[in-house]
Amino acid sequence: MIEGGAGYGFRFGGQHLVARGSGTLYWPDQDMLIAADLHLGKSERMARRGGTLLPPFETRETLARLGAELTATRPARLVLLGDIFDDDLAAHALTETDRATLDAIAARVETLFLAGNHDVASGPVDWACAGLVLRHIAVSGQGPDISGHYHPKLSLAGRSRPVFLVGRDHLILPAFGHYTGGLAHDAPVLRALVPAGLAVLTGRRALPLPLPLR
Amino acid sequence: MSEAAQALGAEVMPREIAAWFAAQHWQPHPHQLDLLAAQGDVLLMAPTGGGKTLAGFLPTLAQLLQDPHEGLHTLYVSPLKALTHDIARNLSRPVADLGLSIRIEDRTGDTSQTRRARQRVDPPEILLTTPESLALMLSYPEAPRIFGALKRVVIDEIHALAESKRGDQLMLGLARLRSLAQGLQVAALSATVENPPALARWMGGARVVEADPGPPPDIAMLDVARPPPWSGGGGRHAAQDVMDAIAAARLTLVFVNTRAQAELFFQALWAVNDANLPIGLHHGSLARETRARVEAAMAAGALRAVVATGSLDLGIDWGDVDLVIQVAAPKNIKRLVQRIGRANHRYDAPSRARIVPANRFEVIECVAALQAVAAHDLDGEDDARRPGGLDVLCQQILLTACAGPFDADALFAEIRTAGPYGGVSRAAFDDCLDFAATGGYALRAYDRWQRLVQRDGLWHLRDPRAARAIRMNIGTITDTEKLKVRRSGRGGAPLGEVEEAFAAQLSPGDTFLMGGQTVRYDRLRDMVVEVTPNPSRQPKIAVFSGTKLATSTRLSERVLALIGDPGAWDALPGHTREWLELQREISVLPQPGTLTCETFLRGDQACLVAYSFAGRNANQTLGLLLTRRMEQAGLGPLGFIASDYAVLIWSVDPVDDPAPFLAPDSLREGLADWLAGNAVMKRAFRDVATVAGLLQRNLPGQRKSGRQATFSSDIIYDTLRRHDPDHLLLRLTRTEAMRGLVDFGRIEQMLADRPRIVHARAPHVTPLAAPLLLEAGRVRIEGEGAERLIEREAARLMAEAGLADLM
Repeated sequence: MIEGGAGYGFRFGGQHLVARGSGTLYWPDQDMLIAADLHLGKSERMARRGGTLLPPFETRETLARLGAELTATRPARLVLLGDIFDDDLAAHALTETDRATLDAIAARVETLFLAGNHDVASGPVDWACAGLVLRHIAVSGQGPDISGHYHPKLSLAGRSRPVFLVGRDHLILPAFGHYTGGLAHDAPVLRALVPAGLAVLTGRRALPLPLPLR
Repeated sequence: MSEAAQALGAEVMPREIAAWFAAQHWQPHPHQLDLLAAQGDVLLMAPTGGGKTLAGFLPTLAQLLQDPHEGLHTLYVSPLKALTHDIARNLSRPVADLGLSIRIEDRTGDTSQTRRARQRVDPPEILLTTPESLALMLSYPEAPRIFGALKRVVIDEIHALAESKRGDQLMLGLARLRSLAQGLQVAALSATVENPPALARWMGGARVVEADPGPPPDIAMLDVARPPPWSGGGGRHAAQDVMDAIAAARLTLVFVNTRAQAELFFQALWAVNDANLPIGLHHGSLARETRARVEAAMAAGALRAVVATGSLDLGIDWGDVDLVIQVAAPKNIKRLVQRIGRANHRYDAPSRARIVPANRFEVIECVAALQAVAAHDLDGEDDARRPGGLDVLCQQILLTACAGPFDADALFAEIRTAGPYGGVSRAAFDDCLDFAATGGYALRAYDRWQRLVQRDGLWHLRDPRAARAIRMNIGTITDTEKLKVRRSGRGGAPLGEVEEAFAAQLSPGDTFLMGGQTVRYDRLRDMVVEVTPNPSRQPKIAVFSGTKLATSTRLSERVLALIGDPGAWDALPGHTREWLELQREISVLPQPGTLTCETFLRGDQACLVAYSFAGRNANQTLGLLLTRRMEQAGLGPLGFIASDYAVLIWSVDPVDDPAPFLAPDSLREGLADWLAGNAVMKRAFRDVATVAGLLQRNLPGQRKSGRQATFSSDIIYDTLRRHDPDHLLLRLTRTEAMRGLVDFGRIEQMLADRPRIVHARAPHVTPLAAPLLLEAGRVRIEGEGAERLIEREAARLMAEAGLADLM
């Protein structure tokens, strides 16, 4: 059971869930850890497409953080909500070390890879569990669901950070990947999905905020 | 200047040109004759109005009169687009009078695609351009053909270019031109600088020609009826007095320091312009059409005054300016003298200039600056001709590859002929080449991680399509992103540009100043800010930042001496004396020999001010050092702002006694780590990474939406620091940041010079501290304090929403 410290506990769709400061979601009753939008291999994809040569260390960085989350929560299951790889080629182009790290993670816990819009070929599109649906992109009218995709961020006291958005129908996770940008929490598409509820800011401590902010 | 050279110049001057001078009732200046006779490269130092530009072009006109030329003959490079328009206009007259059938064209970011394409096929005889546009032209495979017949290069305002990486880029371009065109001759034109031989070396060696500087300028403070405000302000209190001065002069240039100030001051002037005198506005954020209209009106003599920022600062030849008014302190004595050169283009009469300090602190700066001008005590050049930036070299290597395959040895040899790169080592060059080719990362697993590949001994672009992206990233100006502003509706008129960060904070209905009018923000569409004029409303905001100027160290010292010596206050206006008296009452007066500190509360934050008068760079370093110590002490520092005379730090908890924090030993501990993680460093990294081509500039139109938006340069910096700490870009960042910061020795010197630490506990913000609160360029500290601030803010929002028990 994870309480206090780095996480913030709340209820969604009748379930007790914990939003962690790192950006992962822990579901105690299912002993399950959930993360969204790892975008592994992003710098590789950029380089392959003739774009800029970003430092190729982000996959290592993201996997190390995910490993640390597993160590901290010791879940029985890990669910990754799509866009695990930046694209399907990136999945094949992982370095041996990174591939081994990922395999070790999958060997450590039962891992479910859901398909995202970047890595369409792999995994099922959604998975229902205890009255909630886990999927990559929230579907309006088909909640309650837990999803990622939008990489929500929120600015507080002049600092912008990835954020969880918790509404009545939708729970949207921040991106866990290292080089991922973000979409403002009050962008129209996000406001439509989560008009009111809570935002949980990531950081040293997960901090709840009321939605809308004012 | 050599009289023999002048005599020779008079001799070689074609009679058509001599006749043309006679027809204008002009006598050629000695330096113009000198340049006409010059063999080899020349650096001409002359005041504005000294016929500097004509001196640069006379040899071109003479050569073209004598020998018809096929293709591009003379390339003119200036730091400003506006200057190229101006030169094209001014040159066209003698060219027409001399009956020369040649084309003069400009080539800048404003030039249309069709025209650029034609210039690549059929270049004019004289091409006027900027360093960035030159770099772009050199990156095309046609470059050898375009520049192969080039005879002369004229570089205008080289003193301004030499201060930045734009100059580095230009010198690399010049080295390339010398490789492409044998026997190229360079004439560089400059305002007065402290050390002409250093500037000549920087341009790769040249003979220095100094023109007669003319009579000393007539500079004073403008008599103003109302006292300036306590702090901030754009000089609007003096609008009526400035209006009166404009009315009494023929043509006045009103200089202000930032674009926002220009907008506000222009509005204030119109509010008191009862006689409806034609007055224009000119600054870099205005649309090109608007600027061109103002320039044309001024050249036609239709204006009585122009309110301008630095966009007009550089030697544009406006003709009949007889008065310069500088609103807000000039920050730098040399800049003041150069600006004043704008007045009075008959250079035998003294220039007339009046200064309007915008607040009471600036009054002191102005008085100190005037005393310095009177004493001929100009600012020294702290940073005389630093070596060229390696980030610029990385860009140059990529651009060279765009033009065609190259040989590394040949490119290295060429680069070493550029003045700023004369000392670059082969190892440093190879590092840059490796970065350009592979990203230079310790971990490189794939072939595809290669932008350049070596085949048959030559370096090629791996994918020729990459050339487009590389060219789009050209240049060394890492300005904030800009968005265009237009009037709403189909084909709405362009009004100018605002910074993206400014646009981001607008909500529909907000009003701001643009082009001298109040406009209402309607929407953002296709990366264009759409607005509707709304003259009846007071503008809510006008906060787009302009160039930030630093007061020179020399001037700061004079200011401290003046503040600390009440006996010298007679030189100050009454209101400023009263202000200093008030400071003495509420707190203490900083004195030479003491380091004065103040602490006070402001809202729920604690402030500490240290009046070091050591200049902005040293104060920035001091801010970093002090916040590190405060972080260790658990005081939760949130950020600081450094000005030229002080540093102000705000924190969650107050500093009870500053003295231990300022002890040199404790300041030095653990410095390196703290420096590496701070915001100043990250800012430097962003600039270096952009110039070197790691980060793409965001270009309107090709921006992706939402979550794909941008890579955070801060995250990339942290990643590199953890996994590849010796990466080239990190090494460059350290060098760059240290150039902006000041080495620890300088701080120790300051502490040694001011051995006594005076601490005043003030009841609230003090008169001297107030201006600091309005400074731009805050440095944020991401530590314990920031976390506490965020947590406090979150708790407040939850409590307001009635959800406090959910925390």
